[in-house]
Amino acid sequence: MQPETHIQISTTVNGERVKAEVPVRLNLVDFLRHTIGLTGAHVGCEAGACGACTILVDGRLTRGCLTLAVQADNKNIETIEGADASGRIAGLQKAFHRLNALQCGYCTPAMLLAAAELLRQNPKPSREEVREWISGNFCRCTGYQSIVDAVLDAAHSEEAS
Amino acid sequence: MKAPTFSYVKPLTIEACLELLDSHGEDAQIIAGGQSLMPLLNLRLAAPAVLIDITDIPTLKGIIQDAGYVKIGALERHADIASSVTVQQALPLLVDAAPHIAHVAIREQGTIGGSLALADPAAEWPACCLALNAEIELISKRGTRHVAAEDFFQGIYETARQPDELLAAVRFPVGTENDDTVHLFDEIARRRGDFAIAGLALTCRRGGAVLTGVRLALFGVADRPVLAKGSMAAMEGYELDDRIAEAAVAALSAELNPPDDPAYPSGYRRRVACVILKRALAKLLPEQLHAT
Repeated sequence: MQPETHIQISTTVNGERVKAEVPVRLNLVDFLRHTIGLTGAHVGCEAGACGACTILVDGRLTRGCLTLAVQADNKNIETIEGADASGRIAGLQKAFHRLNALQCGYCTPAMLLAAAELLRQNPKPSREEVREWISGNFCRCTGYQSIVDAVLDAAHSEEAS
Repeated sequence: MKAPTFSYVKPLTIEACLELLDSHGEDAQIIAGGQSLMPLLNLRLAAPAVLIDITDIPTLKGIIQDAGYVKIGALERHADIASSVTVQQALPLLVDAAPHIAHVAIREQGTIGGSLALADPAAEWPACCLALNAEIELISKRGTRHVAAEDFFQGIYETARQPDELLAAVRFPVGTENDDTVHLFDEIARRRGDFAIAGLALTCRRGGAVLTGVRLALFGVADRPVLAKGSMAAMEGYELDDRIAEAAVAALSAELNPPDDPAYPSGYRRRVACVILKRALAKLLPEQLHAT
């Protein structure tokens, strides 16, 4: 086995098969943004702390900045664009809008994906549980309260419907 | 920032991995979850010539209870360890520790093998391994060996692993887990997910209020996780009351010598360690037991 600097990958992004030759040092969020053109995942710290690059890999919340594009080979990637198109986060999006849970929007795609995963695992979280869950997603604008409000509001609406 | 140039290879077996470690030596770095290595690459604090991706080696996965041990494969993700029924039943200390590791997304990809091989002094799993008397399994072309946690962690990012060895698994002795077994984990960090200022992992058996088999591991307070032997001795075989708890905390304060660093002076880490031990023991006091 010889180490290589460029590798052919085949991956599924938002349900579509994508084949590409990628430099091995390219990380997944840069691959999504620059190679595929899906700019919903954002780049913040590139060290895993801020969470702006969060996407889903094989259904798991994942830091796009801490994953190599080559590690997406044979995996299923979902970005905010895919989640939006599927309609599965519509309740959260409405709640975020209604409760002013975004200002500049930089953290928002990742917040929505993280919140959706929380509600999937825990449909009736407490305020504390929401705060705990999104502690890996930094927001510089809102002060977080409205984001937590929106997640709880969406949870309540899901429950009611 | 972006990672420097390197080349990449993905062996599918342990043998293939060992061949690669042999041929590339110190030029190669193993990548699994990448949750610690990728930040180092992105910040250009590490620049290996070759990355060996082990995430497709099936024999490095699995959580199995057999012959008095629970063996956790190196590739098991933090989140999966916490949600494993085997771990919840046999090693509940790990379930308590997991939520303190970084953030949700990190826990979905980061692996226990990576955490143990990196040996960050503020990490949670190494301290749990000390408290639970775990053994780390290392494989090389020379064979397989098991190293006790007490001998494995040797300093900041320093372990007993030789460059040609692969950390394959960690195994925890499990005897008779029953209602008499106590486990407590706590950690203080400035924000959730930050590196610990100080943390502890405590296990013991409790007969009435008498504690035996006490193992208390501290992390974040030295260049490696440490067993607080003085504090353990102050509790071993005694009925836990306010006096014994005070003695245990005093013993901890005496035996810790945290390093000074720009973020936290030595005395501060020592104080935080003492506070969390005091809180932990307060949960074990007989009044507390009857209250729950």
